[in-house]
Amino acid sequence: MALRIDPDHGRFRDIVRGKIKQDLRKYISQGELIGRKGKDLVSIPLPQINVPRFRFGSKDRGGVGQGKGDVGDSLGKGDPNADGSGKAGDQAGEHALEVELSLEELAQIMGEELQLPRIEPKGKQRIIAQKDRYVGIRRAGPESLRHFKRTFRQALRRQIMTGTYNSENPIIVPVREDRRYRSWRTTPLPQSNAVMLFIMDVSGSMGDEQKEIVRIESFWIDAWLRSQYKGLESRYIIHDAVAKEVDRDTFFRTRESGGTMISSAYKLCAKMIEDEFPPTEWNIYPFHFSDGDNWSVDDTVQCVEILKTQILPKVNLFCYGQVESPYGSGQFIKDLNEHFDEDDSLVVSEIKGKDAIMESIRDFLGKGK
Amino acid sequence: MASLPPYLSDIQREIEGYGRAYGLDFWEVEFEILDYKRMQEVAAFGGFPVRYPHWRFGMEFEHLSKSHIYGFSKIYEMVINNNPAYAYLLEGNSLVDQKMVIAHVLGHCDFFKNNYFFSKTNRRMIDGMANHATRVRRHIERLGIEKIESFIDSCLCLENLIDPMSPFITRKAPPEREKEREEKTAEIPRIRAKSYMDKFINPPEYLDEQRRKMERERDKPKKNPSEPERDVLLFLLQNAPLDSWERDILEIVRDEAYYFAPQRQTKILNEGWAAYWHSRIMTEKALKVSEIIDYADHNASVLATAPGQFNPYKIGIELLRDVEERWDKGRFGREWNECESLDARRTWDKRVGLGRKKIFEVRKLYNDVTFIDEYFTADFCERNKFFSFSLNDRTGNYEIDSREFAKIKHKMLFSLTNFGDPFIFVEDANYDNRGELLIRHRHEGTDLQMEHARATLAALGRVWRRPVNLITAVEGKQKIFRFDGKEQTEKALGS
Repeated sequence: MALRIDPDHGRFRDIVRGKIKQDLRKYISQGELIGRKGKDLVSIPLPQINVPRFRFGSKDRGGVGQGKGDVGDSLGKGDPNADGSGKAGDQAGEHALEVELSLEELAQIMGEELQLPRIEPKGKQRIIAQKDRYVGIRRAGPESLRHFKRTFRQALRRQIMTGTYNSENPIIVPVREDRRYRSWRTTPLPQSNAVMLFIMDVSGSMGDEQKEIVRIESFWIDAWLRSQYKGLESRYIIHDAVAKEVDRDTFFRTRESGGTMISSAYKLCAKMIEDEFPPTEWNIYPFHFSDGDNWSVDDTVQCVEILKTQILPKVNLFCYGQVESPYGSGQFIKDLNEHFDEDDSLVVSEIKGKDAIMESIRDFLGKGK
Repeated sequence: MASLPPYLSDIQREIEGYGRAYGLDFWEVEFEILDYKRMQEVAAFGGFPVRYPHWRFGMEFEHLSKSHIYGFSKIYEMVINNNPAYAYLLEGNSLVDQKMVIAHVLGHCDFFKNNYFFSKTNRRMIDGMANHATRVRRHIERLGIEKIESFIDSCLCLENLIDPMSPFITRKAPPEREKEREEKTAEIPRIRAKSYMDKFINPPEYLDEQRRKMERERDKPKKNPSEPERDVLLFLLQNAPLDSWERDILEIVRDEAYYFAPQRQTKILNEGWAAYWHSRIMTEKALKVSEIIDYADHNASVLATAPGQFNPYKIGIELLRDVEERWDKGRFGREWNECESLDARRTWDKRVGLGRKKIFEVRKLYNDVTFIDEYFTADFCERNKFFSFSLNDRTGNYEIDSREFAKIKHKMLFSLTNFGDPFIFVEDANYDNRGELLIRHRHEGTDLQMEHARATLAALGRVWRRPVNLITAVEGKQKIFRFDGKEQTEKALGS
């Protein structure tokens, strides 16, 4: 049903996505986007734009509440009036409402905004999976699938119809004809083969904060893509002066240090594509994160060369995310821009801080690319 | 939109009958049943079926629908102050919920009609809002959404700079009276004296001096505004160089701000009043035996107070009940106030039975500030376990900082006064003789949130189209902030 508010809602979404009204973006309260809680649960704040007003600084604020507790007892972090009831002074809604979602649900919300760009149906097993879903009821079937409730109901119905039902002594005896069984339908799941190659620079110049950002970002790209595309593989590469393939767990935990030779990673990446993921069968998406501080100009030249000849022709999209670092020169992104400005199979994104993660994911996977 | 099915309109009539018997006095109420989507839409529009296009309604809608989807909240009732009143029922609610909502709505309607602070609101606002929507849409068609919406954004930054009491008070003498006074004072004031003493008491030198003084007074540049003006929006409408469409939009924003102001001024009292009446009507009249459990359950969730929270429904109804009890038992007046025997106070009952009459008086004459100020007593505070809390800088947690009555009440009143917003006045439209606008924050101990203040100043600058200045104090130092259209500057005052 179309609602009158839809255009208003659309505009709000556009502001949040940064499509229009950049000036308002700084008043969007983001809160923390990522916060995994318990098993598969995260809390995402709803985006909220606080129109600036003359108001009091929150530092001096406080308020009045009701209930038990002694002086000095804590009421928890942040604004204790976070729910809709609000406190006197009509402060309701000033605080982002935290909603707990499963990963699945969150991925769905991200899905409104993101997609794998230019994915193509590839590979010989274009349909590999078949999924059975129990969708109906039938009269014949294995006993293990007997639908007890429906059977019972059928028997009750029959007994009422034939007048053998006695409400004083309600005994229901199902006979053979009453039995009902669950039935299923098999649905084919169309699949595209895709592989994500996550490459992370773990050299000494990448501080803990930078690595943290990379991990959060790759975690979300990974989580989201996995939920959206079946038959998705991901592989992980870390590099300093040498590159090596690691498993997912190591990728998210490793702390290394050392120099930086990006070419080592690109070589490994190219080799993996060569050996394992022929582009005729795979959609390939390498994601490389670094602080952009490469060891030498020569190495950079080599990187450009590998990208040009061995990687870019084979991949659907190459994403390079550069994390801002206090130590690094951040030169690499400029080099890439210089050499690949025209080439739209390479996307670069500068990630200035945690707040910019969502923005950067959008750079990589935003719709309409 | 569906009108009410017969079984519900029967219930409506039944409940209205109970309400009237209790003395509630309301306009006709038009109920409509909405499905949850439409309900969220209407709620996002502030209760109205149509508003002008603006993203903030979309934001509100998203919040409402997300919290609905994830089971955080559900909108039960909505009613708008209009004659006839419009109210909405959520499709699929159980009958007992619908009854409760109808009873609750009657409480609000009675309040809208009779509370003094609503007396100047537009009772045809449903048309008013539709009219505003049409006007804004017309501007959008002509000038494009970007331009219009951006200007609305600027106006919304200033939305709270109104003078909520101005509909009730004449702050300035009407122009004729002003003139009259001028003519009168054209004569040189003399000190009264018998005629033979006159030249001694009012010697020529004295009269000359008086004349010079008056001339000085007259020649002094006239300041605009003559007195600090709290209705900043009005001042802008009258003095800012606005295009006609800008004036129109600013007018709309101001109109709506004034329309909603009484609702913000009476949140506690209005909700308390409605809760009080739904609870009386339901428990004394409308409930069937089979519905009691459901009713009690839902009622409890409406009145629930999580630790550390402040629920206007709850405090409103409790305080009204307290007032009713005190006036029923004669617990007021000098004798009561001066009684110091705890025992006597506990058993005090003069059986005067004035409670009902008293709460009707309260609903007629009070708003939240005056209600709390007058009836929030130390007894009540202690009985209902109120506390005040503040932020502990060290831990970043909010902590209970006091259970002292005076402190709690002060804090409560502070957060209610001017909706907990700072007082801002226009001081001078020709500051420094350069056509710059000067506004002043009347500092009462709490600093402004400066980041927002600067952005708001910028919004003001867009409307004023000349540099704008704000005087406020930051950490005890008087400062003046200036926005000249491009740059924000600040300096200590007096340097």
